[in-house]
Amino acid sequence: MERVIVAMQDPDMGMKMRNQRLLITVIPHAMTGNDVIEWLIQKYNITEEEARHLGGLLVQYGYIYPLREPRSLLLRSDDSPYRFQTPYFWTSSRWPATELDYAIYLAKKNIRKQGELVDYEKENYSILHKRINHTWDFVVMQAREQLRASKQRRKADRIVLECQEQAYWLINKPCVNMPLYYHYTTLGRNRVKSSICLESFMKYSEQYLHHDPIMSGCLPSNPWISDDTSHWTINTDMVGIPTRLRVERWSFSFMELLNDSMGRREFMIYLEKEFSAENLCFWVACEDLRHGESSKIILKVEEVYKNFLAPGAARWVNIDSKTMERTLEGIKRPHRFIMDDAQMHIYFLMKKDSYPRNLTSRTPTLAIVPQETKKSVFPFMRRQRHSSPSPAMVTQATEDDGKAKGAGPTGTSSTTNSQI
Amino acid sequence: VSIYTPDLQNILSLLFFLLPASALTTGIYMIFSTKPEMATQEIQPNETLTNLKAESDTLKTKLEDERAKLHDVELHQVAEKVDGLGQFIMKTRRTLKGHGNKVLCMDWCKDKRRIVSSSQDGKVIVWDAFTTNKEHAVTMPCTWVMACAYAPSGCAVACGGLDNKCSVYPLSLDKNENLAAKKKSVAMHTNYLSACSFTNSDMQILTSSGDGTCALWDVESGQLLQSFHGHAADVLCLDLAPSETGNTFVSGGCDKKANVWDMRSGQCIQSFETHESDINSVRYYPSGDAFASGSDDATCRLYDLRADREVAIYSKESIIFGASSVDFSLSGRLLFGGYNDYTINVWDVLKGTRVSILFGHENRVSTLRLSPDGTAFCSGSWDHTLRVRDRGVITWATFPKGPHSQGER
Repeated sequence: MERVIVAMQDPDMGMKMRNQRLLITVIPHAMTGNDVIEWLIQKYNITEEEARHLGGLLVQYGYIYPLREPRSLLLRSDDSPYRFQTPYFWTSSRWPATELDYAIYLAKKNIRKQGELVDYEKENYSILHKRINHTWDFVVMQAREQLRASKQRRKADRIVLECQEQAYWLINKPCVNMPLYYHYTTLGRNRVKSSICLESFMKYSEQYLHHDPIMSGCLPSNPWISDDTSHWTINTDMVGIPTRLRVERWSFSFMELLNDSMGRREFMIYLEKEFSAENLCFWVACEDLRHGESSKIILKVEEVYKNFLAPGAARWVNIDSKTMERTLEGIKRPHRFIMDDAQMHIYFLMKKDSYPRNLTSRTPTLAIVPQETKKSVFPFMRRQRHSSPSPAMVTQATEDDGKAKGAGPTGTSSTTNSQI
Repeated sequence: VSIYTPDLQNILSLLFFLLPASALTTGIYMIFSTKPEMATQEIQPNETLTNLKAESDTLKTKLEDERAKLHDVELHQVAEKVDGLGQFIMKTRRTLKGHGNKVLCMDWCKDKRRIVSSSQDGKVIVWDAFTTNKEHAVTMPCTWVMACAYAPSGCAVACGGLDNKCSVYPLSLDKNENLAAKKKSVAMHTNYLSACSFTNSDMQILTSSGDGTCALWDVESGQLLQSFHGHAADVLCLDLAPSETGNTFVSGGCDKKANVWDMRSGQCIQSFETHESDINSVRYYPSGDAFASGSDDATCRLYDLRADREVAIYSKESIIFGASSVDFSLSGRLLFGGYNDYTINVWDVLKGTRVSILFGHENRVSTLRLSPDGTAFCSGSWDHTLRVRDRGVITWATFPKGPHSQGER
């Protein structure tokens, strides 16, 4: 199609263009529908029917747009004026149209003249407003900026630009809600054979069997059965010596290691020895950004950039140039997911490299295997059930003291004689 | 500008990403056509919708065919080499009494012993389930508090229901203080709140609603961060994926569909429609590669995300009431299902057989969750109580051998 369009605009063999009148404004470099059909017949030696069909497609795909009745994307074989779409707006060069651009376009229209949005545009506007609400300020700001810039152009140019933009968005609305689109993409999805997937369930269940208290019991005893909270005490976040089962779990997957604060601490010590601790620090900072308060996003992004990404940063992380480029570009418009690519890169770096080496080279962590609690001779005599400090209280205390307190049963025992 | 010159054939195959401009919209669908001429004709809305429906159905069939091609073995076949589990005995270890009406929802605290529960009469109670003490109580301004969740820090709870909102209550240390005073409204839907969950931190909440959408909210500002559209009816449940990248969640609805969503983009990335009725509960398998669902069609099903299909159905002819709530044991070997016939059925996930049926509740089981360290599970019921249960006597015959082997007498 673009080959055809380029040929149409050839200075020697292309179409003769002239000024067309649109209401009271004169639009330069326009042609009539008739001109287009004539030219196609001439150039390709085809019938009028075929020329009309081909020309119609050129209009459908936005390479030529009508000046009169812009919403009707037909090629009329009369003196209706048409124009070539500027290559900037060609579908191929700008595809895919982003929701953000479309939102800005709709916002511009809305600001320019209230009620100028057509029904489906109003609908899309509200759907987009809900969906990308977190960047809506940016959208409005951009829209205002663009409107201001366009006011400084000559009227003819401005109308041309508006026509071009309108034509572009008529063709290229992003799929705001499109179930069929979903079906087509799912058809192309990569699927894994059932035998492989199901095998992994066997492996997983087997691997975690002894970690599953309902399947295998737990040591020294299940607190709900024995009323003894030792099992919880020896497994708190920052206990002195971890249990053997807990340490074993760190070797199951990188995620298990990171999810356990003790495992993470051990891993950090290892990375420090390897002079690659900045990777884990970066990952932690990115998690904090992703799950933290919206109000602190900009501040956190700046911190991350300063500490990890800026040239000469104290803890510079080694990311591939493409990801780095993309991230640095994205930092100009910071949002909570801006570090995702970089974070994933570093995560997989640690997972594929540092984590396995840590597993093999690690000196065995000191770990305990708790003794099973002997059940009392009189099983119907229940122990006292001790209460524990509320997590809210523990956190408060931490904030007050600035010291971490181990969470465990304290002296206060408020037992109840509730019936089972 | 680099000139990309596709010929017409390629353009037509790219049609899926372009929309002919004569978009005559009806409802929320863009009229989509594979024939460009359609765009230039007068379009009869009914006619085009019929075409669309036909096209959609053809695609769905194609999709099922594609999925079936890679399904070379059934789960129970692969599980033949695994030892059977025998019969399990589960015992109730705690009964929490205090709600004056139907218990609708509960959630565990990360400290493995505290619980928050909500009920039909608007009461939300925080318990130390271990001692059975009530620690906090809030009365919501609405009835039918269908959703409640504990914050990861343990410092707050979120709840909501017929008020169409999700509110966060910081848990005060001062027992005399009125919790309701510090309440913070976070989520606003246009219909009832069916489920809510904190994401990895106290700062964001994910909600699902009777208005057919799910949404992600910033707790501090109450701002909507992302919304998820795609269900055709009420969304009843959701669960966050325990994956490495931590960016997806699954939801189930009255449209019989279970959808997997990307939290960042708001897109539905996978969809499963094999249930025959409302999906009341969804829960991820511990590895994050699959999820289970419980439905009013009296079955629980397992869906594998990589195979992109349903891989197991847990059902029995004698089970004719809907499953309201499901959860896995820590290793994923057991699936617990709470049902509307007052029972809890425990399934062997791999073999597809039932290993236990638990009685005790005197009305529907409405909610069920495993404790964070897997030592017990809690069920809430319309009989106003919550029960914490775990394994009863383990006989040597049924106990799996292992390095940390031990038994309970």
